[in-house]
This record gives sequence, structure tokens and C-alpha cells, in this order.
Amino acid sequence: MNPKRKNRLILVLLILAGVGAAVTLGLKALDQNLLYFFSPTQVKAGEAPIDHSFRLGGLVSNGSVQREKDGLTIHFDITDGAETIAVTYTGILPDLFREGQGIVATGKIDGSTKDGKTHFIAEEVLAKHDENYMPPQVQEALDKAHEDGKKKLAENAAADAAKTAIQTTEQSAAQGGTAQ
Amino acid sequence: MIPEIGNFSLIIALAVALFLATVPLYGAQKNNLQLMQFSRYAVVAQFFFVLVSFLALVYSFTIDDFSVRYIATNSNSALPMIYKISAVWGAHEGSFLLWLLILSIWSMAVAYFSKSLPISMTSRVLAVMGMLSIGFLLFIIFTSNPFERLFPAPMDGRDLNPLLQDPGLAIHPPMLYMGYVGFSVVFSITIAGLISGQLDSAWARWSRPWTVIAWVFLTLGIALGSWWAYYELGWGGWWFWDPVENASFMPWLIGTALLHSLIVTEKRGAFKSWTVLLSLIAFSLSLLGTFLVRSGVLVSVHAFASDPTRGSFILAFLVFVIGGSLMLYAIRGSSMSGGGHFNLFSKDTFMLLGNILLSVACAMVLLGTLYPLLDQMIDLGKLSVGEPYFNAVFVPIMLPALVIMSMAPLMRWKSDRFERVFKQMLIPLAVALSVGIALFFIEKGSVMISVSVGLAALIVSSVVMSFINRVKSKSVGSALKKIPLSFYGMNLAHIGVAVFIVGVTFTESMSLQKDLRMEQGDTISLGGYAFTFEGADSHQGPNYIAYEGAVSIIDPEGESIGVLTPQKRVYQVRGMPMTEAGIDAGLFRDLFVALAEQLENGAWSLRIYYKPFIRWIWLGCILMALGGFIAVMDKRYRLRVAK
Repeated sequence: MNPKRKNRLILVLLILAGVGAAVTLGLKALDQNLLYFFSPTQVKAGEAPIDHSFRLGGLVSNGSVQREKDGLTIHFDITDGAETIAVTYTGILPDLFREGQGIVATGKIDGSTKDGKTHFIAEEVLAKHDENYMPPQVQEALDKAHEDGKKKLAENAAADAAKTAIQTTEQSAAQGGTAQ
Repeated sequence: MIPEIGNFSLIIALAVALFLATVPLYGAQKNNLQLMQFSRYAVVAQFFFVLVSFLALVYSFTIDDFSVRYIATNSNSALPMIYKISAVWGAHEGSFLLWLLILSIWSMAVAYFSKSLPISMTSRVLAVMGMLSIGFLLFIIFTSNPFERLFPAPMDGRDLNPLLQDPGLAIHPPMLYMGYVGFSVVFSITIAGLISGQLDSAWARWSRPWTVIAWVFLTLGIALGSWWAYYELGWGGWWFWDPVENASFMPWLIGTALLHSLIVTEKRGAFKSWTVLLSLIAFSLSLLGTFLVRSGVLVSVHAFASDPTRGSFILAFLVFVIGGSLMLYAIRGSSMSGGGHFNLFSKDTFMLLGNILLSVACAMVLLGTLYPLLDQMIDLGKLSVGEPYFNAVFVPIMLPALVIMSMAPLMRWKSDRFERVFKQMLIPLAVALSVGIALFFIEKGSVMISVSVGLAALIVSSVVMSFINRVKSKSVGSALKKIPLSFYGMNLAHIGVAVFIVGVTFTESMSLQKDLRMEQGDTISLGGYAFTFEGADSHQGPNYIAYEGAVSIIDPEGESIGVLTPQKRVYQVRGMPMTEAGIDAGLFRDLFVALAEQLENGAWSLRIYYKPFIRWIWLGCILMALGGFIAVMDKRYRLRVAK
């Protein structure tokens, strides 16, 4: 092998080794730092990991925001219309945080509950810098919860209708009342 | 009437661009001088009509013509005049018009400064730039027309996003776009070179100043954006690895690689196909940046506007430009000659290694930025890539790059001896080691601080070393005068990198932060400074109402620094709250106070920061940009206008 070729070969091997190392490093770092997004319904269904950070998105429930005496610890609920999660956050909230606003919170669940709801401890709360903006993931989760809700209603209505056909009018009226 | 004039001149500009993109190309092929010279007139005409259109929009903003939809959504009669003008590029439609205007300015600049070039080359370059104009003109006219009317016209506009009502952000987009679009010049030169098959060192020499100038603007644009994020987005960070920030950072990384590999191609005729590839990628990434920012496919704090049809247009344009140029590269690239050979231990090799590190870093940033998107396509669930990923991959790649950066300028082209370079590096290494070790003891064992500040010291001392080499055995004054400007520029830019690293290191590792509840008269101490909350009062701005807090500060020596007045604003038209931080800036530290929320009894929650050396981050960027600017002023690149 002539020295020119040998040089070139060493150079190429060096570069390949370096790039390979960088890519391995990168993929490993990527693997460790992915944050998955879950909606309250998914969290309730047990899809979210315990003791591992993820993102939770939804609307801040009206009337749910409570502030502790230190002025920095805040409790509020996040909902997608179907399920609700209790969130605790210590720190400064973004300007656009308010009740009814779509937000995304990063944090963990440890399996505990608060007021009967899954308890999410947030490390970071993001609200978008546009008052009309809805994070797309939150919008999708809301739509999905809404769709599921409608489906359920429709199924209930169909079941009710079937029952009405058999039962007397008074009974079906009473059933309609309990279904509410 | 005025908006119709604006719209109409856009359409004329499109017609002109269609001629510009075709006639000179044909002329260059047939060697027809008249058809080639047509390109110059077409460029002037295109610039004129785009300018008329742009001014029509500016004028309509200044007279509050809310019958134009874009103005009604992005302006308001109470908006201060300067923001009425900057609102022109405050949202999607107008920012593309600005992009187009800048593209035609660059085309004009190419036409003006290229008189020493063969006309066939110039006309091909201008024709390629004309093609890019067509793309953007079609995009503006058909999917994002800023002149679209709104009927019935509203009484008043919905106001500019309050975040954008800021002097820093008024100039940030033009700067950034000058950088982005600036890469279209070197892109077009390369495409023209690929078409004609003339990719020699003259091509590299001609590409260099254009690349450097675009890079200077991009550097300043990114720095401005970072500075704005620091004081306006509120919470004291200077870089978030947000997709939109990454979108501007990727072309910067490749642009940096490109301007170095162009040196090798010009001086040594080597790395030709690599340089060609980089110049195609630099502009492609600029386009990708636009796509990422404007299509709303990525969730980002900056994604101000989103619309899927626009996204698909940009995507199609992107595929056309990137795919087309890479195809041309594949067909013509093989005919490029290899250039002179070099030894393993030489400046050539080190320049190549530096280039590869920059490109790998860019690829890693690209991976982290696009991964959520890829993931979404194959439907694995929604996810995002956190900041730790970027820090984990970026820092280890950059550390060896910095070592290379300090060594390469001291090395010789083609072939060098290790002992010679080692001798040269001896003093810089000693300086770096002593700085690193000293810091290790002062900062109680922080390896990261020692390593990165040590590297900064290595860079600065090897710059000094390279000047000593040049001055050796001559009288200092005359020697310094003989050194070409580009050498000063390079070293200034390298010192800028060192300053930047020092800023990042100290800001990231030694910042102090406190979030707390304060009542009137409460005092807390942070970093030796005493902060006293004097209460908050209401305050009336031109288009907002605010609470203005007062925080008085006493420095460690017991002297009063003054009173910071952070504000919590509510912009009335949109009802949007905004935090305006109170900042006491200094070369060695910033004090940063922000009002967070009003609590009971006149108490507020506040965020207080002590940020050492944060100004060095932007100072470093300014030095890099200044270095680039000085390098372009070098006589060798003064494109001979008169012959």
C-alpha cells in the first residue's frame, strides 16, 4: 500500500470511528431524554410510567387552582373532559396560566392519589405564548375524550331506546333520570 | 387602493422572476451576450416591484388600514409607530414578504458586485436566485397574501402579539433572514458552478465573502434572538434548544463548516465535493428552518402561526430545491477533481476534522429536532426531546472541536511535523493548564468549569502565539500593518468563541436563582446583593396596563445600585399578560428581577437571578460577527468593481 493510500485509509477510519462514537452517544442520550405525552384519560388507564418523567396535557379545571401560604406551591386539576388529574407545582407559573387554559406540564406520578385523583407532581408548566393557542396534543386529547364521550352517550341512548321498547313509558322515564 | 398596488406589483414581480429564471440561463447556454445581460435588468426590476409591494404594506400599517386582514390581525391603532412598522414582519405573511425583499436585495448585491466575473457565471447565478424568487412569490401570492382584504373592515385591529412589541425583536427577523437568505447566494453560485462544470478555486474565492457575510448576519440574528428570549420570554434563560432555535442554529453550524472548507478549497483545491455539498446543505437547512417555524409541525414556543396548506407548499418547495440540487450534485459531482494531496498531520486534515465535528453536531441537533416528527409519523405516541439530550450530545462534540480550533491556525498546509506544532503549542498549553488548575481550586473541584475555561484560554493564547509568529524579528508596527485583514478577522472571531465559552460556562454553572414570596419591605440576599421589595403600583402604558414593582438593590460593598422596576403587563386588546423583567446589566454579572404573581395583601411572588458573565455570551457572538466582517473587508476579497 503506498503511503498516500495508507494516509487516506487512516483518515477515513479515524473519521468513521469518531462519527460512530458520536452517533452511539447521541442515540443513547436520545433514549434517556425522550418525554412522552399522555392525556389524563391515558394516565387514568395506567398507560403512563410511574416515577419517570412525562408530559401531561389538558385544560386547567375551573375553580381548581389553590395556592399555599408560601405563594409558590400551587394545586390545580388538569382535565381532558373525561378524566381529571390533580397537579402540584412549586415555582412560578407562566404568564398565560389560568383556569380554562390549555397547558402542558412535565413531571412524574408516584402512584399516590390526592382527593381521589391521581397525583401528578409537576417540575415545569408550559402555557403557550398566544392566548388563543391550544397545544395540538391537548386539542387532540380533548377531541378524543369528547368523541369517546359522545360514543358512550350514543351507546347509552341506543341501549335506552331498546329498553324503552320493552318497558313501559313510566319505567323508561325513570331510567332516563338515572342515566343522567 | 394602496394594498391593491402592493398586490399587483407582487404579480409583476412574479412575471419578472419567471423571465429572470429562464432567459439568462438560455443565454448562457447559447452564449448570447444580450440575453445574459438581461439578468441584470431583470434583477433591478424584480427588486423594484418587490420593494413597492413591501412599502405598500408598510404604508398600510402606518395608516391603520384594518380592511386588510393581515393588518387587522396584527396591528392596532394604539400600537406605537415603531411597532406598527415592525409588525409588518411580525407574523407569517409579512415575514415571507420580508424574506422575498431580502432575497431580491441579495440578488441586487450579486449583480452589482459581480462585474469582474464572467457574465455567463453571473447570469446563471442570478437565474438560480430568480427560481428561488418564483417559489417564494407563488407561496406568498397563493397561500399567504398579506394584502387580502377583510370585509367588513373591523373598527380596530387585534394588535401585535405583545411578545413581539420589543425593539430587540423588531430587528431580529431582518437580521436572521439576511443570514438565511444570504446562504441562497452561495447556493446559487454552487448550482451555477455545477451547471457549467466550473468549480475551481476561483469559484471558492468568489463564494467566500458571500458565505462570510451571510454567516455574520446569521450570527447576529441568532444572538439577538437569544438576548430577546433572555429578557422578554421572561425567565432568564438564553438558549432553550427549542425547535425554532435549532432551526436557525443548524444552518449556522453548517455555515461555519462551509466558510472553513471554502478556505481549503480556495487555497489547496481540496475537499471540493465536500464544500459543494455543504453549500447546498447550508441553504437547504435555512429552508428547512422556515418550514419548521412556519408550518407548525413542531410544538414550539415560537410557533406563532400554523396552517397545513402552507406547510405542504413549503414541503413541496423544499423537496424540489433540496432534491433538485442534490440530484444535480450526484450527476455533476463525480466530474470534480480531487485536488492536491496532503499528509495526515497537516492543516488540511485538521480543517477537515473540524468540519466533520461541526457537521456531526448539526446532524445530532437535526436528529433531536426532527425525532418527535418522525415518531409522530410512525405513530409511536407523542413525545418530545428534552434539553438534556442536546447538552449531552453537543458538549462532547464541541470540546475536541475547540482543541482543533486552537491548533489549526498554527499549523502548515499540506504537511507539518508534530514536534514543530507541539513547540508552538507549548506556551498556550501551559497557559491553559494553569488557568484550568487555578479554577479547579478556586471553584472547588468543578471539572467542567476548568476544562471549558481552560480551552478558552488555550484558544486565546494560541491566537496570541500566531501573532507573535507573524511579528517575529521585525518591528512590531510595520509587521502588524502587513498582516492581512482576514487574519485579524479570523483571530477576532476565534477570540469571540473563547469569550462565548467563558460566558456560557459561568452562566450555566454559577447562576443563582430564587423564587419567593415578598411583602413590601422584605429583603433577601442573593450572591452578596441585598434585594428589597418596595411594593408594586399600577402603571399605564400606551396599549397596556401594568403593575410596576420596585426592587432596590445594595451591592456587597454596601453601595446602592439603584431600583429595578419589573412590570407585569396586561395588553388590553388581547387581554394578554406579559412579564417585563427588571435587569441591571453588567460586564461581569446581571441582576434580574421579575414579578410573577400578585398574592394577597400587596405581596408578590418574585423571581430573582444573579447571572455571572451572561453578557459574555452575546459579546462573544458580536466579536465573531465583527471578525467575519473584518475578514470580508480584506483587500483580496474586495471584489474589483472598476477594472
